[in-house]
Amino acid sequence: MKALDVERIRKDFPTLFEKVNGKPLVYLDNAATTHKPIQVVDAMRDYYNKFNANPHRGAHQLGVLATEMYEKAREKVREFINAKSTREIIFTKNATESLNLIAYSYGMAFVEKGDEIVISISEHHSNIVPWQKIAKLKGAKLKYLYLNDDYRLDMEEVYNKVTDRTKIVSIAQMSNVLGTVYPVKEIIEYAHSKGAITIIDGAQSVPHMKVDVQDLDADFLVFSGHKMLGPMGIGVLYGKEEILEKTPPFLMGGDMIEYVEEQSTTFAELPHKFEAGTPNVEGAVGLAAAIDYLNEIGLDKISKYEEELTAYALERLKEIPYVKIYGSTDIKDRGAVISFEVEGCHPHDVSTIVDTYGIALRAGHHCAQPLMKFLKAPATSRVSFYFYNTKSEIDVFIDSLLKVRKWLGYGS
Amino acid sequence: MDLSQLYTELILEHSQNSENKKHLDHANCCERGYNPSCGDDITLELVCNGDIIEDASYTGNGCAISQASTSIMIDLIKGKTKEEAEKLADTFLSMIKKEIEDDEELEILEDGVAFKNISNMPARVKCATLAWHTLKEIIRKNF
Repeated sequence: MKALDVERIRKDFPTLFEKVNGKPLVYLDNAATTHKPIQVVDAMRDYYNKFNANPHRGAHQLGVLATEMYEKAREKVREFINAKSTREIIFTKNATESLNLIAYSYGMAFVEKGDEIVISISEHHSNIVPWQKIAKLKGAKLKYLYLNDDYRLDMEEVYNKVTDRTKIVSIAQMSNVLGTVYPVKEIIEYAHSKGAITIIDGAQSVPHMKVDVQDLDADFLVFSGHKMLGPMGIGVLYGKEEILEKTPPFLMGGDMIEYVEEQSTTFAELPHKFEAGTPNVEGAVGLAAAIDYLNEIGLDKISKYEEELTAYALERLKEIPYVKIYGSTDIKDRGAVISFEVEGCHPHDVSTIVDTYGIALRAGHHCAQPLMKFLKAPATSRVSFYFYNTKSEIDVFIDSLLKVRKWLGYGS
Repeated sequence: MDLSQLYTELILEHSQNSENKKHLDHANCCERGYNPSCGDDITLELVCNGDIIEDASYTGNGCAISQASTSIMIDLIKGKTKEEAEKLADTFLSMIKKEIEDDEELEILEDGVAFKNISNMPARVKCATLAWHTLKEIIRKNF
């Protein structure tokens, strides 16, 4: 397998050549959002310059073409995650909206008093707060899977928490804070054996590794376009057809209906049943171009290269005695996200100081406050890589990190 | 932004070894201030006698800016009346918003003037103002 030509790839991303505080940008906040290659921006510009029309409406030529582009994007997504049918691909705003859709539509219809909803302690708020609400409204119990000392999830914990009363198991495939990749295939298999349905939050995994919904046997998978080179405002909900069929619609309005009478309505077929109102066509077109870009390079190559980068960054961070890594330092089943603490320095100060050297990283609770409490950390600093990052950028980051404590008045 | 203007000796001293960071056994009003976007979390404790703030302290954790700003504020409000404390808070917040042109108006803030440049760093403004917003809240609720 030929290695990635990262220098050539970087030329497709104009933002990477911007200067920040007079220094070349080193963008290490890819778990928050990725930059966009010119191919994605061009595809969206072309859509507006040549095709713009409201899909699924009107018989004029532009409307037909807009519909075609939107539905082609759906097919592109289907192929990307190996779904059986485009009827199983719903476009949403982002992973958060996808999770809310499942909670409100499936959760409200099927969760009953005394049922259990099981999530992990490392979930993003978007996979916690909707379930808190459903649990409260329905009198169900929200249970947490806790992590072991290596920030991983033991299957024992799953066997203990997922029971015959469990209706839903919802878990991120990869933690946006710890980088841990969870054994979702095993979790799904066990949840199914207990009669529960499974929701996989792929926001952090789908951009970086091959995710095959049929291989996983996931009932739902959600992800966001903007974390995988696509634009903001487009996300995906995958659901097994038989489950989506029996799930009531989420938002009501145009495009999701069949016949509307004064007092009653019949709903459109899948997937349109879940897509009310004028959709985000340029977002779907941009996402399709992003998928083309990722496919061109190959997710297997991307995963391999990011593993090298992460292993290198872990090694460099481990050399610094006053840096504590939150997350496994073992590269196995670990994605390109590293949370850490510089002893004695608050992450916000770390972020401000390295920013003056051009480094973009994230500081805070990463929308995972229950996890922060579990880790007994008020906040962490986080670097996250994508395939356009380089080892020399990691060196620049480490050099600037070594200066942090001096600015805050420490001897070294 | 020049880091040496931000992490001054004064700010580092207050953020790391503040005598104002402690519980007050006889506090009669307290208020938590939380910055959900970054996790700065302080609880302000006051001993109030009529209109006078006789003593003040804080507990909690956060970045150097939020901790130093809280500590410096506490030095300023001890022994002040409610009106004087409110005037200090309004002056500090106006300074951060760049609403005050006359430097003489800022003199009452004493060491608090060290945060003047924070207005050039939008990402850190909330850290510097957290304590002062918390003070306004405690006054609103307790006086």
